[in-house]
Amino acid sequence: MDILKFLTAGSVDDGKSTLIGRLLYDTGSVLADQLEAIQKSNRKNDDGTVDLAILTDGLKAEREQGITIDVAYKYFQTEKRKFIIADTPGHIQYTRNMVTGASNADLAIILIDARKGVIEQTIRHSYLVSLLNLEHLVVCVNKMDMVDYSEEVFEKIHADYHALAVKLNIHEVTFIPVSALRGDNIVHESLNMPWYKGKSLLDHLETVPVREMDTLLPARITVQWVVRPQTDELHDYRGYAGRVLSGAIKTGDAIKIYPSGTRSTVARIETFDGDHNIAEEGKSITLHLADDVDVSRGDLFGEVERPPIVANEIEADICWMDTRELDTSATYFIQHNSRVTRCKIKEILYKVNINTLEKVNADTFGLNDIGRVEIKTADELAFDPYETNKRNGGAIIIDSRTNVTVGALMLRAAL
Amino acid sequence: MDYLDQLEAEAIAILREVAGQFEKPALLFSGGKDSITLVRLAEKAFRPGKFPFPLVHVDTGHNFPEVIEFRDRMIERIGEKLIVGHVQDAIDQGKVIEQKGKNASRNPLQTVTLLETIEKHQFDACIGGARRDEEKARAKERIFSVRDEFGQWDPKRQRPELWNIYNGKIHKGENVRVFPISNWTELDVWNYIKRENIEIPSIYFSHNREVIERNGVWMAAHEYLNMDEDDVVVTKSVRFRTVGDMTCTAAVESEKTEIDDIIQEISQSKISERGARMDDKVSEAAMEDRKKGGYF
Repeated sequence: MDILKFLTAGSVDDGKSTLIGRLLYDTGSVLADQLEAIQKSNRKNDDGTVDLAILTDGLKAEREQGITIDVAYKYFQTEKRKFIIADTPGHIQYTRNMVTGASNADLAIILIDARKGVIEQTIRHSYLVSLLNLEHLVVCVNKMDMVDYSEEVFEKIHADYHALAVKLNIHEVTFIPVSALRGDNIVHESLNMPWYKGKSLLDHLETVPVREMDTLLPARITVQWVVRPQTDELHDYRGYAGRVLSGAIKTGDAIKIYPSGTRSTVARIETFDGDHNIAEEGKSITLHLADDVDVSRGDLFGEVERPPIVANEIEADICWMDTRELDTSATYFIQHNSRVTRCKIKEILYKVNINTLEKVNADTFGLNDIGRVEIKTADELAFDPYETNKRNGGAIIIDSRTNVTVGALMLRAAL
Repeated sequence: MDYLDQLEAEAIAILREVAGQFEKPALLFSGGKDSITLVRLAEKAFRPGKFPFPLVHVDTGHNFPEVIEFRDRMIERIGEKLIVGHVQDAIDQGKVIEQKGKNASRNPLQTVTLLETIEKHQFDACIGGARRDEEKARAKERIFSVRDEFGQWDPKRQRPELWNIYNGKIHKGENVRVFPISNWTELDVWNYIKRENIEIPSIYFSHNREVIERNGVWMAAHEYLNMDEDDVVVTKSVRFRTVGDMTCTAAVESEKTEIDDIIQEISQSKISERGARMDDKVSEAAMEDRKKGGYF
């Protein structure tokens, strides 16, 4: 059994909370004491059934202050798979929230209200899905019960959305007509839409392949920690503890240490449970090299044949996440996996109007702004273009005064 | 990759980030299954080296003796350093006042001792075994959660956490709570304990115990629990789903003595794990309020 991490995009009005509530409820993931709390609540649907949206309700602080905190995580499982839902509520800080949730998701569900069709918000959500390079996208046309389960309405939205997807370079989209409120095509197939021949949402989530291609990507291994016991028995022991970000590594493989470019060979792949001949994407391991070379935290092991880009002047897309505006004269920290160095955002190339997808000129970026910038880093980074390998193509900007994460970077190319 | 391997790999990576980013981290050890799981994950992250942090236990003085005995045996086996902060000391020094009445518990007093221990040892990161599936305030918790000098969690000051990049930069006096098993569920922890054959305190398995009924749940009848003539002590076959202070951890009736049975029982259970914690029943926002005050 594996794990699928997915994100739901939409506002309260689209029935997003009801959809998540429905998934949890119909898969039996709501426990008795939680259910009791819901039934005690005064919130009911018009027909007297329990309001499933309560299952995704926020904190007291959020209710009192009318704010939302970026992402709430929900967990459920079926016989086939485990699921982690990144529930990103909120209207005002929506971009920031959705970018955060999407950075760790394999799949996004975009909700479209069947009565409204493709609207500005749909464009915004879809743009973020393409920017963050999610593997899969499901468009749920919701509230089908409000349009008499009309195939015509569904097909019209399907066609409209297809045009948008082409524009955004989104290749794979699955369309499902649903009613989260009535439960049509969420967990159980709907009897109200015999014209729909596809899977229910849950059936799709249970069977869609996850991260299949990541082991075929170039091998990239971070160095997080150097294990040096320095005891009498293990006097010369030196292991490089880190994670295989992408691809696979085998003993005997020639590798380079980036950014320095020093060559070596993998002598041993160690874990607490024993040695391995191969380690694939996702594994946390301890590597031993054949040569006594200089390696420290923040370095990257990469294969020789398909090297990463090593550069200190980089073009990147940025999503600004702080109320304090981007300052092109300030020095920030940039963190790329385990490597932290200083950087400047030298130039703003353009800002994207995410409602119209137009590129516009800009002097600065405020909260939720997205666009293309040129950055210069103090030390070189060894990265892959985000669109080809997101495990080694994302970075964050940290304000050096407040230490807060203020920006997300999708690294694209060396300048 | 199998889900337990996936969760394990993520937790190991988080622990290594703590080691790499902080000067004086600590692992908060409660004696419960979640923190025992963390110890195994730390072994996986750092062996054959030593842990780059000590274990810290906040002892309320009202712990189950089985748990204290287990703790000391485990420390002996792994050969790592243990620091114990005593709630009794804070009571003796008059820094906190014991609750009175039937539902009196030292559980809320732990926070003071925890914060004092952090300050005394200048810990800049504290690793804990909290999980997001436990409670809705925890569902919004980051993996690296920044706390101010007073240990406070400010839901509005949460840093966005992108990809697997953890920002542990802090100002002097602040510290970070780190939750490597954030993405695990209760069932995942049990399945991992089974797979890894990890020893846990005996109170997790069914045993006969003198209990009394309180607010619809079974509490261990013990000198630390304030009882009166209305309380009827009965002997039941019970086990505990969480390990906390004896005064706030309720038992569930169970005949299960094997881990497989327990996993089976939990997967079919209709009460969430925290439903058996009196400390969360006080109000709907109980956990949220305690977190803001510096609790885990």
